[in-house]
Amino acid sequence: MEGVRYEAPETLQAAVALLAGATGAARVLAGGTDVIVQMETDLIEPALLVDIKKIRETRQIVGENGGFRVGAAVPGMEIVAHAAFCKAWPGVVDGVKLIGSIQIKGRASMGGNLCNASPAADSVPPLIAAGAIARIIGPNGMREVPVEDIPIGPGKTSLAKGEIVVSFFLPPRPALSGDAYQRFTPRTEMDIAVVGVAVNLTLDGGGTCTAARVALGAVAPTVLLVKEAADALIGTRLDDAALERLAKAASAACRPIDDKRGTREYRVKVAGVLAKRTAQQALERARAGR
Amino acid sequence: MSKKYHVTTTVNGDECEFLCEGQQTLLDVLRDELMLSGTKEGCGTGDCGACTVILDGTMVCSCLVLAVETEGGTIDTIEGMAKGEALHPLQRNFLELNGLQCGICTPGILIAARALLERNPDPTETEIRYWLAGNLCRCTGYDKIIRSVQAAAKEMRGGRS
Repeated sequence: MEGVRYEAPETLQAAVALLAGATGAARVLAGGTDVIVQMETDLIEPALLVDIKKIRETRQIVGENGGFRVGAAVPGMEIVAHAAFCKAWPGVVDGVKLIGSIQIKGRASMGGNLCNASPAADSVPPLIAAGAIARIIGPNGMREVPVEDIPIGPGKTSLAKGEIVVSFFLPPRPALSGDAYQRFTPRTEMDIAVVGVAVNLTLDGGGTCTAARVALGAVAPTVLLVKEAADALIGTRLDDAALERLAKAASAACRPIDDKRGTREYRVKVAGVLAKRTAQQALERARAGR
Repeated sequence: MSKKYHVTTTVNGDECEFLCEGQQTLLDVLRDELMLSGTKEGCGTGDCGACTVILDGTMVCSCLVLAVETEGGTIDTIEGMAKGEALHPLQRNFLELNGLQCGICTPGILIAARALLERNPDPTETEIRYWLAGNLCRCTGYDKIIRSVQAAAKEMRGGRS
């Protein structure tokens, strides 16, 4: 490959104009931990790279309307070092912590993790469980999209040509809320999820679950938001019967592939087991929020 | 002819200028343009950590950084670790305790271990192993690496455990 043009604009408008004016293949560059690998292995041969890391909106974590706005290009190590964000959204941070090594997290971002559109991306299930909304800018202006609507298949997103994910909005937390993400891998580090499960829930004062969202990774062409799994928890105190219904609903939603990391049958089974464990962890965190 | 970018950085404390193409990685420029071949290429895809350097205070795989991205930045490589003839305590302990065999992973591991000890002067064995999970070694079985880091950490704390 030769002759890649590199631009690092300082405003969103300039980035959008560069992408809109591109004559050949163009790619957005955030942390580069997927894009540069794809360039090195000739999977992609962009003529233009638009580095969005010099744009303020993509690089900051700020409070907004009682929630958080996290820039799409904020590197993982900055997210895991942000005490207030870690306290509010420990499940999202669980996912970020599992992305690659310390070196990789020095660069890799949640925006990149989402736009790479791997069904096994570790930060995507907890973002979806959190109800995170992505802010997208493009040639037709700004739009706000639930994270679950962005991946449409392995390596494919619903973003239009020239669109950029700018940031994520994570909503305010009601009292007694907790989230968690767990993945199953043969190794504890430096591995890719066989199954990943994120659970986000809220309890009332009596300990009954009043709201829940459950997302599954690595068991379908995209990360799945599974309403039936959430419904199994809502209105219960997460007793054994509710957890059993959760496990069944999670397993029933899986449409996995067979590959070297696990068979279809294995992934379906593990999804149910992991859903129970993750819900119990989210429950403990919600109770601790008292 | 591909377009060349003129980049000014600080490498191991010295101002440094180079020309690079848009797709050239920092690893390529360090080794092939700046002749700093202490940083090693292992996998080239961010899995092995052999090419670990510090960029603007953050540990990164230099194979996954474009050289052009480092304009105005600060880069610290293994060549800056010893002060003249005086080895860093990590380097000395790796030598004394056989924390290396073939040596290809060693520069990356030393850079990563120094970054750990700067954040946490007294890490547990588990903390060391997790911090170094992104640095693969195919010779030592890791045990001697961990012992070397522990010994260096102890020495750097002033011999106190």
